[in-house]
Amino acid sequence: MIVAKNLTVQLGDRTALQNISFKIDQGNFLAVLGPNGGGKSTLLKSILGLISPSSGSLGLGSEDLPRRTLKIGYVPQVKSLDRTFPAQSIELVATSVIGRWPHRLSHKNHNISMAALDKVGAAHLAYQSIRSLSGGELQRVFLARAIIGDPHILLLDEPESGIDVSGTADLYTLLEDLHTDAKVCIVIVTHDWDVAFHHATHVLLLNSQQIGFGRPEIALTESAIRNTFGHVGHKHETLAISSHSPTDHDHD
Amino acid sequence: MTEWIQNAFMIRALVAGVLVGALASYYGTFIVQRRLSFLGSGLAHAAFGGIALALLLQQDPLFVAIPFTVFVAIAINWVRSKTILAADTAIGVFFAVSVALGVIFLSMRKGTTYDAFSYLFGSILAISMADLWIIILIFLMGLTTLPRLWGNWAFATFDEESARADDLSVSRDDYLLNVMLAITIVAAIKMVGILLIAAFLVIPAASARLLSPTFFWMTVFSVVLGAASAFSGMVGSYELDLPSGATIILCQAIFFGLALLWSRWRAEPV
Repeated sequence: MIVAKNLTVQLGDRTALQNISFKIDQGNFLAVLGPNGGGKSTLLKSILGLISPSSGSLGLGSEDLPRRTLKIGYVPQVKSLDRTFPAQSIELVATSVIGRWPHRLSHKNHNISMAALDKVGAAHLAYQSIRSLSGGELQRVFLARAIIGDPHILLLDEPESGIDVSGTADLYTLLEDLHTDAKVCIVIVTHDWDVAFHHATHVLLLNSQQIGFGRPEIALTESAIRNTFGHVGHKHETLAISSHSPTDHDHD
Repeated sequence: MTEWIQNAFMIRALVAGVLVGALASYYGTFIVQRRLSFLGSGLAHAAFGGIALALLLQQDPLFVAIPFTVFVAIAINWVRSKTILAADTAIGVFFAVSVALGVIFLSMRKGTTYDAFSYLFGSILAISMADLWIIILIFLMGLTTLPRLWGNWAFATFDEESARADDLSVSRDDYLLNVMLAITIVAAIKMVGILLIAAFLVIPAASARLLSPTFFWMTVFSVVLGAASAFSGMVGSYELDLPSGATIILCQAIFFGLALLWSRWRAEPV
Protein backbone atom coordinates (compact mmCIF):
# COMPACT_ATOMS: atom_id res chain seq x y z
CA MET A 1 0.00 0.00 0.00
CA ILE A 2 2.91 2.34 0.77
CA VAL A 3 6.33 1.58 -0.69
CA ALA A 4 9.30 3.87 -0.12
CA LYS A 5 12.49 3.18 -2.07
CA ASN A 6 15.56 5.24 -1.12
CA LEU A 7 13.21 8.14 -0.46
CA THR A 8 15.17 11.37 0.00
CA VAL A 9 13.55 14.73 0.71
CA GLN A 10 15.47 17.97 0.64
CA LEU A 11 13.85 20.98 2.37
CA GLY A 12 15.87 24.05 1.40
CA ASP A 13 19.44 23.18 2.36
CA ARG A 14 18.41 20.61 4.94
CA THR A 15 18.04 16.92 4.17
CA ALA A 16 14.87 16.02 6.03
CA LEU A 17 14.78 12.40 4.91
CA GLN A 18 17.65 10.37 3.52
CA ASN A 19 17.43 6.96 1.85
CA ILE A 20 14.24 5.75 3.51
CA SER A 21 13.00 2.36 2.34
CA PHE A 22 10.05 0.45 3.72
CA LYS A 23 6.92 -1.34 2.58
CA ILE A 24 3.59 -1.70 4.34
CA ASP A 25 0.37 -3.35 3.20
CA GLN A 26 -3.34 -2.99 3.62
CA GLY A 27 -4.38 -3.48 7.23
CA ASN A 28 -0.91 -2.66 8.58
CA PHE A 29 -0.40 -0.18 11.40
CA LEU A 30 2.88 1.72 11.11
CA ALA A 31 4.21 3.76 14.02
CA VAL A 32 6.85 6.33 13.07
CA LEU A 33 9.15 7.26 15.93
CA GLY A 34 12.08 9.64 16.12
CA PRO A 35 13.44 12.84 17.62
CA ASN A 36 12.25 16.36 16.78
CA GLY A 37 13.36 17.34 13.31
CA GLY A 38 13.86 13.66 12.51
CA GLY A 39 11.66 13.90 9.43
CA LYS A 40 8.49 12.29 10.81
CA SER A 41 6.09 15.00 9.71
CA THR A 42 7.99 15.34 6.43
CA LEU A 43 7.26 11.69 5.76
CA LEU A 44 3.52 12.25 6.38
CA LYS A 45 3.52 15.28 4.08
CA SER A 46 5.27 13.23 1.41
CA ILE A 47 2.59 10.55 1.64
CA LEU A 48 -0.06 13.28 1.38
CA GLY A 49 1.64 14.58 -1.75
CA LEU A 50 2.40 17.98 -0.22
CA ILE A 51 6.16 17.49 -0.65
CA SER A 52 7.84 15.78 -3.60
CA PRO A 53 10.84 13.50 -3.16
CA SER A 54 14.22 14.90 -4.25
CA SER A 55 15.32 11.41 -5.19
CA GLY A 56 14.13 7.87 -4.72
CA SER A 57 10.43 7.11 -4.82
CA LEU A 58 7.33 6.84 -2.71
CA GLY A 59 4.67 4.64 -4.25
CA LEU A 60 1.09 4.51 -3.00
CA GLY A 61 -1.64 2.01 -3.84
CA SER A 62 -1.49 -1.42 -5.36
CA GLU A 63 -2.53 -3.26 -8.51
CA ASP A 64 -6.16 -3.42 -7.40
CA LEU A 65 -6.05 0.09 -5.99
CA PRO A 66 -4.19 2.51 -8.26
CA ARG A 67 -3.00 5.81 -6.81
CA ARG A 68 -5.80 7.94 -8.30
CA THR A 69 -8.55 5.83 -6.72
CA LEU A 70 -6.86 5.90 -3.34
CA LYS A 71 -8.47 7.85 -0.52
CA ILE A 72 -6.21 9.20 2.22
CA GLY A 73 -7.51 10.45 5.55
CA TYR A 74 -5.34 12.86 7.53
CA VAL A 75 -5.50 13.96 11.16
CA PRO A 76 -3.12 16.92 11.62
CA GLN A 77 -1.58 18.11 14.87
CA VAL A 78 -4.36 20.11 16.50
CA LYS A 79 -2.00 22.41 18.34
CA SER A 80 -1.00 24.12 15.09
CA LEU A 81 -4.57 24.99 14.10
CA ASP A 82 -6.28 28.35 14.07
CA ARG A 83 -9.04 28.15 16.68
CA THR A 84 -10.34 31.66 16.01
CA PHE A 85 -11.93 30.57 12.73
CA PRO A 86 -15.74 30.63 13.14
CA ALA A 87 -16.80 27.05 12.49
CA GLN A 88 -18.91 24.27 13.92
CA SER A 89 -17.49 20.78 14.17
CA ILE A 90 -19.88 19.39 11.58
CA GLU A 91 -18.71 21.93 8.99
CA LEU A 92 -15.12 20.83 9.46
CA VAL A 93 -16.18 17.20 8.96
CA ALA A 94 -18.20 18.13 5.87
CA THR A 95 -15.13 19.60 4.11
CA SER A 96 -14.13 16.01 3.54
CA VAL A 97 -17.42 15.27 1.73
CA ILE A 98 -17.56 18.35 -0.50
CA GLY A 99 -13.86 19.17 -0.91
CA ARG A 100 -14.13 22.81 0.17
CA TRP A 101 -15.63 24.82 3.00
CA PRO A 102 -19.44 24.34 3.22
CA HIS A 103 -21.84 27.28 3.20
CA ARG A 104 -25.01 25.34 3.87
CA LEU A 105 -25.08 21.59 4.40
CA SER A 106 -27.44 19.57 2.23
CA HIS A 107 -29.48 16.91 3.98
CA LYS A 108 -27.33 14.16 2.49
CA ASN A 109 -23.98 15.75 3.42
CA HIS A 110 -25.32 16.49 6.87
CA ASN A 111 -26.15 12.83 7.38
CA ILE A 112 -22.79 11.60 6.12
CA SER A 113 -20.97 14.01 8.43
CA MET A 114 -23.15 13.11 11.42
CA ALA A 115 -22.55 9.39 10.83
CA ALA A 116 -18.78 9.94 10.88
CA LEU A 117 -18.99 12.01 14.06
CA ASP A 118 -21.15 9.33 15.63
CA LYS A 119 -18.62 6.65 14.72
CA VAL A 120 -15.85 8.39 16.66
CA GLY A 121 -18.19 9.17 19.57
CA ALA A 122 -18.38 12.90 18.87
CA ALA A 123 -21.97 13.32 17.64
CA HIS A 124 -22.71 15.57 20.62
CA LEU A 125 -20.05 18.01 19.40
CA ALA A 126 -21.60 18.53 15.95
CA TYR A 127 -22.90 22.06 16.51
CA GLN A 128 -20.27 23.22 18.94
CA SER A 129 -17.89 25.93 17.87
CA ILE A 130 -14.40 24.48 17.29
CA ARG A 131 -13.17 27.24 19.59
CA SER A 132 -14.90 25.62 22.55
CA LEU A 133 -13.49 22.13 21.99
CA SER A 134 -10.65 20.64 23.99
CA GLY A 135 -7.61 19.38 22.09
CA GLY A 136 -8.85 15.82 22.34
CA GLU A 137 -12.35 16.70 21.15
CA LEU A 138 -10.99 18.58 18.16
CA GLN A 139 -8.75 15.64 17.32
CA ARG A 140 -11.80 13.40 17.39
CA VAL A 141 -13.61 15.73 15.00
CA PHE A 142 -10.60 15.58 12.68
CA LEU A 143 -10.67 11.81 12.93
CA ALA A 144 -14.36 11.83 11.93
CA ARG A 145 -13.35 14.01 8.99
CA ALA A 146 -10.56 11.62 8.05
CA ILE A 147 -12.64 8.43 8.05
CA ILE A 148 -15.32 9.81 5.71
CA GLY A 149 -15.44 7.91 2.43
CA ASP A 150 -13.68 4.90 3.99
CA PRO A 151 -10.04 5.86 3.41
CA HIS A 152 -7.49 3.23 2.38
CA ILE A 153 -4.75 5.07 4.22
CA LEU A 154 -5.16 6.98 7.49
CA LEU A 155 -2.39 9.34 8.62
CA LEU A 156 -2.22 10.73 12.16
CA ASP A 157 0.33 13.30 13.32
CA GLU A 158 0.96 12.96 17.07
CA PRO A 159 -2.64 12.20 18.01
CA GLU A 160 -1.73 11.74 21.67
CA SER A 161 -0.55 15.34 22.05
CA GLY A 162 -4.06 16.78 22.37
CA ILE A 163 -5.76 13.95 24.19
CA ASP A 164 -6.14 13.09 27.84
CA VAL A 165 -5.24 9.59 28.98
CA SER A 166 -8.74 8.05 28.82
CA GLY A 167 -9.29 9.61 25.40
CA THR A 168 -6.09 8.05 24.15
CA ALA A 169 -7.28 4.57 25.10
CA ASP A 170 -10.54 5.11 23.16
CA LEU A 171 -8.65 6.45 20.19
CA TYR A 172 -6.45 3.37 19.93
CA THR A 173 -9.43 1.03 20.29
CA LEU A 174 -10.97 2.82 17.32
CA LEU A 175 -7.76 2.64 15.31
CA GLU A 176 -7.46 -1.08 16.11
CA ASP A 177 -10.95 -1.62 14.67
CA LEU A 178 -10.10 0.36 11.57
CA HIS A 179 -6.98 -1.57 10.67
CA THR A 180 -8.12 -5.04 11.66
CA ASP A 181 -11.78 -4.94 10.47
CA ALA A 182 -11.78 -2.30 7.74
CA LYS A 183 -8.21 -3.15 6.62
CA VAL A 184 -7.21 0.51 6.69
CA CYS A 185 -3.49 1.12 6.40
CA ILE A 186 -2.63 3.36 9.36
CA VAL A 187 0.48 5.53 9.68
CA ILE A 188 0.90 7.31 12.97
CA VAL A 189 3.63 9.70 14.04
CA THR A 190 3.98 9.36 17.78
CA HIS A 191 6.17 9.90 20.79
CA ASP A 192 4.46 7.12 22.67
CA TRP A 193 6.63 4.01 22.78
CA ASP A 194 3.87 1.94 24.37
CA VAL A 195 1.56 2.65 21.46
CA ALA A 196 4.22 1.59 19.01
CA PHE A 197 4.85 -1.57 20.96
CA HIS A 198 1.27 -2.64 21.66
CA HIS A 199 -0.73 -1.44 18.66
CA ALA A 200 1.59 -1.16 15.68
CA THR A 201 2.28 -4.01 13.30
CA HIS A 202 5.36 -2.15 12.04
CA VAL A 203 7.71 0.46 13.46
CA LEU A 204 9.86 2.93 11.54
CA LEU A 205 12.64 4.66 13.47
CA LEU A 206 13.73 7.90 11.85
CA ASN A 207 16.52 10.30 12.54
CA SER A 208 16.62 11.89 9.09
CA GLN A 209 18.10 8.55 8.14
CA GLN A 210 16.37 5.25 8.65
CA ILE A 211 17.54 3.62 11.86
CA GLY A 212 15.24 0.66 11.76
CA PHE A 213 12.09 -0.80 10.28
CA GLY A 214 10.20 -3.95 11.11
CA ARG A 215 7.90 -5.58 13.60
CA PRO A 216 7.94 -3.68 16.90
CA GLU A 217 9.51 -6.47 18.93
CA ILE A 218 12.37 -6.61 16.43
CA ALA A 219 12.79 -2.94 15.49
CA LEU A 220 12.48 -1.53 18.99
CA THR A 221 15.82 -2.73 20.29
CA GLU A 222 17.73 -0.61 22.73
CA SER A 223 20.57 0.02 20.32
CA ALA A 224 18.17 1.11 17.57
CA ILE A 225 16.48 3.51 19.97
CA ARG A 226 19.83 4.89 21.06
CA ASN A 227 20.80 5.41 17.44
CA THR A 228 17.52 7.18 16.77
CA PHE A 229 17.71 9.58 19.65
CA GLY A 230 21.40 10.31 19.91
CA HIS A 231 24.80 9.01 20.75
CA VAL A 232 25.30 5.70 22.43
CA GLY A 233 26.07 6.10 26.10
CA HIS A 234 24.59 9.58 26.36
CA LYS A 235 23.07 9.80 29.80
CA HIS A 236 20.00 11.97 29.03
CA GLU A 237 18.99 9.80 26.12
CA THR A 238 19.04 6.70 28.28
CA LEU A 239 16.73 8.42 30.75
CA ALA A 240 14.36 9.45 27.99
CA ILE A 241 14.11 5.89 26.77
CA SER A 242 13.39 4.41 30.16
CA SER A 243 10.53 6.85 30.73
CA HIS A 244 8.85 5.37 27.62
CA SER A 245 7.32 8.66 26.53
CA PRO A 246 9.49 11.68 25.91
CA THR A 247 7.29 14.72 26.32
CA ASP A 248 8.89 16.88 23.66
CA HIS A 249 7.07 17.70 20.45
CA ASP A 250 7.85 17.67 16.80
CA HIS A 251 7.67 20.92 14.90
CA ASP A 252 9.24 20.00 11.62
CA MET B 1 -33.21 65.84 3.85
CA THR B 2 -33.85 63.68 0.79
CA GLU B 3 -32.82 66.03 -1.99
CA TRP B 4 -29.92 63.70 -2.79
CA ILE B 5 -32.37 61.32 -4.43
CA GLN B 6 -32.77 63.80 -7.28
CA ASN B 7 -29.06 64.19 -7.67
CA ALA B 8 -27.58 62.09 -10.51
CA PHE B 9 -24.04 62.17 -9.18
CA MET B 10 -25.24 61.22 -5.73
CA ILE B 11 -27.20 58.22 -7.02
CA ARG B 12 -24.10 57.17 -8.96
CA ALA B 13 -21.89 57.57 -5.91
CA LEU B 14 -24.36 55.65 -3.75
CA VAL B 15 -24.57 52.69 -6.14
CA ALA B 16 -20.79 52.65 -6.45
CA GLY B 17 -20.37 52.97 -2.68
CA VAL B 18 -22.75 50.16 -1.81
CA LEU B 19 -21.21 47.80 -4.37
CA VAL B 20 -17.65 48.56 -3.29
CA GLY B 21 -18.64 48.39 0.38
CA ALA B 22 -20.17 44.95 -0.11
CA LEU B 23 -17.25 43.67 -2.17
CA ALA B 24 -14.51 45.01 0.12
CA SER B 25 -16.26 43.52 3.16
CA TYR B 26 -16.57 40.17 1.38
CA TYR B 27 -12.80 40.02 0.78
CA GLY B 28 -12.35 41.52 4.24
CA THR B 29 -13.61 38.32 5.89
CA PHE B 30 -10.62 36.43 4.46
CA ILE B 31 -8.27 39.29 5.31
CA VAL B 32 -9.44 39.32 8.94
CA GLN B 33 -9.27 35.55 9.44
CA ARG B 34 -5.88 35.35 7.71
CA ARG B 35 -4.57 38.24 9.83
CA LEU B 36 -3.61 40.14 6.70
CA SER B 37 -5.03 43.60 7.44
CA PHE B 38 -1.61 45.04 6.66
CA LEU B 39 -2.07 43.75 3.10
CA GLY B 40 -5.00 46.15 2.61
CA SER B 41 -2.86 49.04 3.73
CA GLY B 42 0.07 47.90 1.59
CA LEU B 43 -2.04 47.58 -1.55
CA ALA B 44 -3.67 50.98 -0.95
CA HIS B 45 -0.23 52.56 -0.83
CA ALA B 46 0.79 50.61 -3.92
CA ALA B 47 -2.26 52.17 -5.58
CA PHE B 48 -0.92 55.58 -4.57
CA GLY B 49 2.16 54.85 -6.68
CA GLY B 50 -0.07 53.88 -9.59
CA ILE B 51 -2.29 56.96 -9.25
CA ALA B 52 0.76 59.25 -9.11
CA LEU B 53 2.08 57.62 -12.28
CA ALA B 54 -1.29 58.16 -13.96
CA LEU B 55 -1.31 61.84 -12.97
CA LEU B 56 2.23 62.19 -14.34
CA LEU B 57 1.23 60.55 -17.63
CA GLN B 58 -2.11 62.42 -17.62
CA GLN B 59 -4.08 59.20 -17.92
CA ASP B 60 -7.23 58.04 -16.12
CA PRO B 61 -5.92 56.99 -12.66
CA LEU B 62 -7.97 53.78 -12.54
CA PHE B 63 -6.52 52.40 -15.78
CA VAL B 64 -2.95 52.88 -14.58
CA ALA B 65 -3.48 52.17 -10.89
CA ILE B 66 -5.27 48.84 -11.42
CA PRO B 67 -2.44 47.14 -13.38
CA PHE B 68 0.18 48.76 -11.12
CA THR B 69 -1.52 47.53 -7.92
CA VAL B 70 -2.27 44.09 -9.35
CA PHE B 71 1.40 43.77 -10.22
CA VAL B 72 2.39 44.69 -6.66
CA ALA B 73 -0.20 42.23 -5.24
CA ILE B 74 1.26 39.42 -7.33
CA ALA B 75 4.80 40.41 -6.36
CA ILE B 76 3.92 40.42 -2.66
CA ASN B 77 2.41 36.95 -2.90
CA TRP B 78 5.37 35.69 -4.92
CA VAL B 79 7.90 36.92 -2.35
CA ARG B 80 5.80 35.51 0.49
CA SER B 81 5.47 32.05 -1.03
CA LYS B 82 8.86 31.67 -2.73
CA THR B 83 11.21 33.12 -0.13
CA ILE B 84 11.71 32.69 3.60
CA LEU B 85 10.31 36.20 4.24
CA ALA B 86 7.01 36.58 6.07
CA ALA B 87 3.97 38.20 4.46
CA ASP B 88 4.18 41.41 6.49
CA THR B 89 7.84 41.85 5.52
CA ALA B 90 7.05 41.41 1.82
CA ILE B 91 4.15 43.89 2.17
CA GLY B 92 6.37 46.36 4.01
CA VAL B 93 8.98 46.38 1.24
CA PHE B 94 6.48 46.92 -1.59
CA PHE B 95 4.51 49.43 0.47
CA ALA B 96 7.58 51.65 0.89
CA VAL B 97 8.81 51.28 -2.68
CA SER B 98 5.38 52.18 -4.09
CA VAL B 99 5.05 55.28 -1.93
CA ALA B 100 8.60 56.33 -2.82
CA LEU B 101 7.81 55.94 -6.52
CA GLY B 102 4.55 57.84 -6.06
CA VAL B 103 6.30 60.76 -4.37
CA ILE B 104 8.91 60.89 -7.15
CA PHE B 105 6.22 60.74 -9.86
CA LEU B 106 4.34 63.61 -8.22
CA SER B 107 7.48 65.70 -7.86
CA MET B 108 8.26 65.24 -11.55
CA ARG B 109 4.86 66.58 -12.50
CA LYS B 110 4.51 70.27 -13.31
CA GLY B 111 1.78 72.27 -11.60
CA THR B 112 -0.32 71.55 -8.54
CA THR B 113 -0.50 68.28 -6.64
CA TYR B 114 -3.88 69.15 -5.18
CA ASP B 115 -5.77 66.41 -7.08
CA ALA B 116 -3.44 63.79 -5.64
CA PHE B 117 -4.61 64.75 -2.14
CA SER B 118 -8.24 63.96 -2.86
CA TYR B 119 -7.07 60.35 -3.18
CA LEU B 120 -5.67 60.42 0.34
CA PHE B 121 -9.03 61.09 1.98
CA GLY B 122 -11.60 60.22 -0.67
CA SER B 123 -14.45 62.21 -2.14
CA ILE B 124 -17.86 61.19 -3.43
CA LEU B 125 -17.72 64.00 -5.96
CA ALA B 126 -14.93 62.13 -7.70
CA ILE B 127 -16.99 59.14 -8.88
CA SER B 128 -17.33 59.32 -12.66
CA MET B 129 -19.58 57.23 -14.90
CA ALA B 130 -16.49 55.27 -16.03
CA ASP B 131 -15.67 54.51 -12.37
CA LEU B 132 -19.18 53.22 -11.82
CA TRP B 133 -18.93 50.87 -14.80
CA ILE B 134 -15.61 49.50 -13.59
CA ILE B 135 -17.10 49.00 -10.14
CA ILE B 136 -20.11 47.16 -11.59
CA LEU B 137 -17.72 45.00 -13.61
CA ILE B 138 -15.57 43.96 -10.64
CA PHE B 139 -18.68 43.42 -8.55
CA LEU B 140 -19.97 41.00 -11.20
CA MET B 141 -16.53 39.32 -11.27
CA GLY B 142 -16.74 38.83 -7.51
CA LEU B 143 -20.29 37.53 -7.79
CA THR B 144 -19.60 35.01 -10.55
CA THR B 145 -16.49 33.60 -8.88
CA LEU B 146 -18.19 33.42 -5.48
CA PRO B 147 -19.70 29.91 -5.78
CA ARG B 148 -16.36 28.45 -6.83
CA LEU B 149 -13.88 30.48 -4.79
CA TRP B 150 -15.59 31.23 -1.48
CA GLY B 151 -15.39 27.63 -0.27
CA ASN B 152 -11.79 27.22 -1.48
CA TRP B 153 -10.60 30.43 0.13
CA ALA B 154 -12.49 29.65 3.34
CA PHE B 155 -10.97 26.18 3.61
CA ALA B 156 -7.43 27.47 2.97
CA THR B 157 -8.07 30.25 5.50
CA PHE B 158 -8.98 27.68 8.12
CA ASP B 159 -6.05 25.37 7.41
CA GLU B 160 -3.86 25.68 4.38
CA GLU B 161 -2.29 22.27 4.81
CA SER B 162 -5.59 20.38 4.99
CA ALA B 163 -6.81 22.27 1.93
CA ARG B 164 -3.66 21.30 0.02
CA ALA B 165 -4.01 17.70 1.18
CA ASP B 166 -7.55 17.73 -0.28
CA ASP B 167 -6.11 18.79 -3.66
CA LEU B 168 -7.23 22.41 -3.62
CA SER B 169 -5.01 24.74 -5.69
CA VAL B 170 -4.20 26.91 -2.69
CA SER B 171 -1.36 28.82 -4.39
CA ARG B 172 -3.46 29.75 -7.42
CA ASP B 173 -6.36 30.75 -5.18
CA ASP B 174 -4.05 32.95 -3.08
CA TYR B 175 -2.90 34.81 -6.18
CA LEU B 176 -6.54 35.26 -7.24
CA LEU B 177 -7.48 36.62 -3.81
CA ASN B 178 -4.59 39.11 -3.89
CA VAL B 179 -5.51 40.25 -7.41
CA MET B 180 -9.23 40.65 -6.64
CA LEU B 181 -8.33 42.52 -3.49
CA ALA B 182 -5.97 44.84 -5.38
CA ILE B 183 -8.67 45.71 -7.95
CA THR B 184 -11.28 46.28 -5.24
CA ILE B 185 -8.95 48.55 -3.28
CA VAL B 186 -8.18 50.70 -6.31
CA ALA B 187 -11.91 50.98 -7.05
CA ALA B 188 -12.62 52.00 -3.45
CA ILE B 189 -9.85 54.58 -3.19
CA LYS B 190 -11.76 57.48 -4.74
CA MET B 191 -14.47 57.19 -2.11
CA VAL B 192 -12.57 56.06 0.95
CA GLY B 193 -9.09 57.41 0.43
CA ILE B 194 -5.75 55.64 0.70
CA LEU B 195 -5.33 56.36 4.40
CA LEU B 196 -8.54 54.63 5.45
CA ILE B 197 -8.77 51.67 3.06
CA ALA B 198 -7.26 49.14 5.47
CA ALA B 199 -9.92 49.95 8.07
CA PHE B 200 -12.63 49.94 5.41
CA LEU B 201 -11.70 46.33 4.58
CA VAL B 202 -11.40 45.14 8.15
CA ILE B 203 -14.09 46.76 10.35
CA PRO B 204 -17.23 45.15 8.83
CA ALA B 205 -15.58 41.72 8.84
CA ALA B 206 -14.40 42.20 12.41
CA SER B 207 -17.93 43.22 13.48
CA ALA B 208 -19.36 40.22 11.63
CA ARG B 209 -16.90 37.91 13.36
CA LEU B 210 -18.28 39.02 16.73
CA LEU B 211 -21.81 38.09 15.64
CA SER B 212 -21.25 34.85 13.74
CA PRO B 213 -21.00 31.21 14.76
CA THR B 214 -19.95 30.10 11.26
CA PHE B 215 -17.82 31.50 8.46
CA PHE B 216 -20.84 31.55 6.14
CA TRP B 217 -22.72 33.88 8.48
CA MET B 218 -19.61 35.94 9.05
CA THR B 219 -19.43 36.52 5.29
CA VAL B 220 -23.15 37.39 5.03
CA PHE B 221 -23.06 39.81 7.98
CA SER B 222 -19.84 41.39 6.77
CA VAL B 223 -21.26 42.08 3.31
CA VAL B 224 -24.50 43.50 4.76
CA LEU B 225 -22.63 45.71 7.24
CA GLY B 226 -20.18 46.83 4.56
CA ALA B 227 -22.97 47.83 2.18
CA ALA B 228 -25.09 49.45 4.92
CA SER B 229 -22.23 51.51 6.33
CA ALA B 230 -21.15 52.64 2.85
CA PHE B 231 -24.75 53.76 2.16
CA SER B 232 -25.27 55.55 5.45
CA GLY B 233 -21.76 57.01 5.35
CA MET B 234 -22.27 58.50 1.90
CA VAL B 235 -25.66 59.97 2.75
CA GLY B 236 -24.16 61.37 5.95
CA SER B 237 -21.22 62.76 4.00
CA TYR B 238 -23.60 64.51 1.59
CA GLU B 239 -25.99 65.86 4.20
CA LEU B 240 -23.34 67.05 6.64
CA ASP B 241 -20.77 68.03 4.03
CA LEU B 242 -18.10 65.76 5.47
CA PRO B 243 -15.37 63.77 3.68
CA SER B 244 -16.92 60.50 2.48
CA GLY B 245 -14.17 58.08 3.54
CA ALA B 246 -14.06 59.27 7.12
CA THR B 247 -17.86 59.28 7.41
CA ILE B 248 -18.14 55.71 6.08
CA ILE B 249 -15.48 54.52 8.53
CA LEU B 250 -17.34 56.17 11.43
CA CYS B 251 -20.56 54.41 10.37
CA GLN B 252 -18.63 51.12 10.30
CA ALA B 253 -17.30 51.95 13.74
CA ILE B 254 -20.85 52.44 15.09
CA PHE B 255 -21.79 48.97 13.79
CA PHE B 256 -18.59 47.58 15.31
CA GLY B 257 -19.44 49.13 18.68
CA LEU B 258 -22.93 47.64 18.58
CA ALA B 259 -21.52 44.22 17.63
CA LEU B 260 -19.05 44.46 20.48
CA LEU B 261 -21.79 45.33 22.98
CA TRP B 262 -24.01 42.55 21.70
CA SER B 263 -21.24 39.95 21.90
CA ARG B 264 -20.34 41.02 25.45
CA TRP B 265 -23.99 40.97 26.45
CA ARG B 266 -24.40 37.49 25.04
CA ALA B 267 -21.35 36.66 27.22
CA GLU B 268 -20.60 33.45 25.36
CA PRO B 269 -18.18 34.08 22.48
CA VAL B 270 -19.10 32.55 19.14
